[in-house]
Amino acid sequence: MTTFIIALLAVLAATAAAAGDNQACAVAAHFISPDHPLPRVKAAIADKRLDVVVVGSASSRLDGATDNQKAYPARLEAALAERLPGVAVKVVAYARPRETAALMAQQIERSLSADKPALVVWQTGTVEAMRRIDMDQFQAALEAGFAAAQSGKSDIILMNMQYSPRTETMIAVPPYAETMRFVALQHEVLLFDRFAVMRHWSELGTFDFVEATKKIDTAARVHDCIGRLLADLIVQAAMIRGSSAHNGKSP
Amino acid sequence: MPPPAPAERDLRLDLFRGIALWLIFLDHIPSNVVSWVTIRNYGFSDATEIFVFISGYTAAFVYGRAMRERGAVVAGAHILKRAWQVYVAHIFLFVIYLAEIAYVSRSFENPLYAEEMGIFDFLRQPDVTLLQALLLKFKPANMDVLPLYIVLLGGFAPFLWLLLRQPALALTISVLIYALSWQFGWNLPGYPDGSWVFNPFAWQLLFGFGAWCALGGADRLGPLVRSPVVTALAAAYLAFAFAIVMTWYFPRYGHFVPKFLSDWMYPIDKTNLDVLRFAHFLALAILTVRFIPRDWPFLKSPALRPAILCGQNSLEIFCLGVFLAFAAHFAMVEVSEAVAAQAIVSALGIAAMIAVARLITWYKTVEGRSPGSRSSRDADLAGGEA
Repeated sequence: MTTFIIALLAVLAATAAAAGDNQACAVAAHFISPDHPLPRVKAAIADKRLDVVVVGSASSRLDGATDNQKAYPARLEAALAERLPGVAVKVVAYARPRETAALMAQQIERSLSADKPALVVWQTGTVEAMRRIDMDQFQAALEAGFAAAQSGKSDIILMNMQYSPRTETMIAVPPYAETMRFVALQHEVLLFDRFAVMRHWSELGTFDFVEATKKIDTAARVHDCIGRLLADLIVQAAMIRGSSAHNGKSP
Repeated sequence: MPPPAPAERDLRLDLFRGIALWLIFLDHIPSNVVSWVTIRNYGFSDATEIFVFISGYTAAFVYGRAMRERGAVVAGAHILKRAWQVYVAHIFLFVIYLAEIAYVSRSFENPLYAEEMGIFDFLRQPDVTLLQALLLKFKPANMDVLPLYIVLLGGFAPFLWLLLRQPALALTISVLIYALSWQFGWNLPGYPDGSWVFNPFAWQLLFGFGAWCALGGADRLGPLVRSPVVTALAAAYLAFAFAIVMTWYFPRYGHFVPKFLSDWMYPIDKTNLDVLRFAHFLALAILTVRFIPRDWPFLKSPALRPAILCGQNSLEIFCLGVFLAFAAHFAMVEVSEAVAAQAIVSALGIAAMIAVARLITWYKTVEGRSPGSRSSRDADLAGGEA
């Protein structure tokens, strides 16, 4: 199913730059394209201080690693600091297992007043797909989160589910992923397509996602790559034209 | 007066139901490259619409005759027996699903998927899970069509009774229920959350429309379907849907879709059978009926025989397809996810569906020849009402 789309996407995604030190991560870089600008991030970089809030569920954590230092939010902080020398980068993560998008939308609202981030990274959808929550409800929750970010003067990036081959017949991910894509498109919100990226890694054999293991090594490498790709996306989107600083709303 | 039932079976129904069953199988295998051939990738509707419509059509064809010949009570009993058979088949598939999920929960562990493994929580409360499954509230992924069909059959007897007397009124009521379900958000509850993926109050429209077509509606629509204007409209709509769907795969062209159109159009709701999906199915059906006549000689050719056989044994082949999709995915994960492997399991699955359909048809023929089984010959002609 993907080879066809991959080939075409590879051609179409002209702006996608295979940045990143890690070759293994970068093979999926063409799934990440800065389709919409991030004006507040651009302004924050200009002001030399970038605060990011990650709101997510259990797949934004890596339990077992000390203080989640190997989970992608911490890796994102490191990768952003590396790409933005001279900018004080801080990433705060609110990742709670089993939390629905509706609850996360409230968390986004709280973080906006508490942390005043320039960017919210919102990872969601897995809990909805597992519990088979109504699509209308899910869509309304996404829109509530976007509206909160908009009124809190923060940019927002939506991140979808992990590619999980072992549970693919058990969790109906695709319809929920599709809803996320549509809602993001309609509200001109950047989507970090974690599902497509991970599936591409799986197809290329970059990572083995069906291996049964208690060890955290592979998971840590995956999170590291996700952190790097996310940093690439953020930096690219902040640089594209149209990201005029101090713009009241997204163009 | 109800029109007389057509004497000969319309093989087009079996053909397209058989093809729909293959497409549903292919769509149910996750991350399957072969599923790019299925119609859902080229328009709004998918094989589910075809399956539900034809199921309504054949149900009316078979039970309508039974109701005329043997009365409403006997036909109603037949319909409920069929609903019971489908229910048992669904529970059987659910047990297979439980076996698979239990195996994976014991054999698979990975810190990367701590979250996804929450799906195994259902196994911690087998009493609740089984009860909710028996109540058709808990339905695993890809196991939503049979519960819909059970509910549709459950309410079919009174609808059929009315359809035989006042077809226009019956169809109007069906449309009304559809409209009211949209207006008031009617749906049946799911477990642990949400509601049915295929809303029976909405999808009954397609089933009821199929039944209406079977009992004379198709003849009434005939002149309309054959008009060049309608054909042109149908073709134009299919082209429009194709263009829209292409912008989903190539988001860079998304801006060609005007904002007012996307605001009005999206989301295209599968749960509640969006009007756009219904219209897409209608357009497909109109072109099919127009260009493939009932007596099309090719329908008798050996090349189409496998699909027709599958369509004639649809309940069995549908269930087999759900199981085979599980099995195919399992094989892909365990052995190989390569494109070649995906193509092989897809082909093997369809071959297995054809082989089993042949076997069932053979068995029905053998049974039908045995003495004192006139009714099973009738059932054979009906070819599996599911």
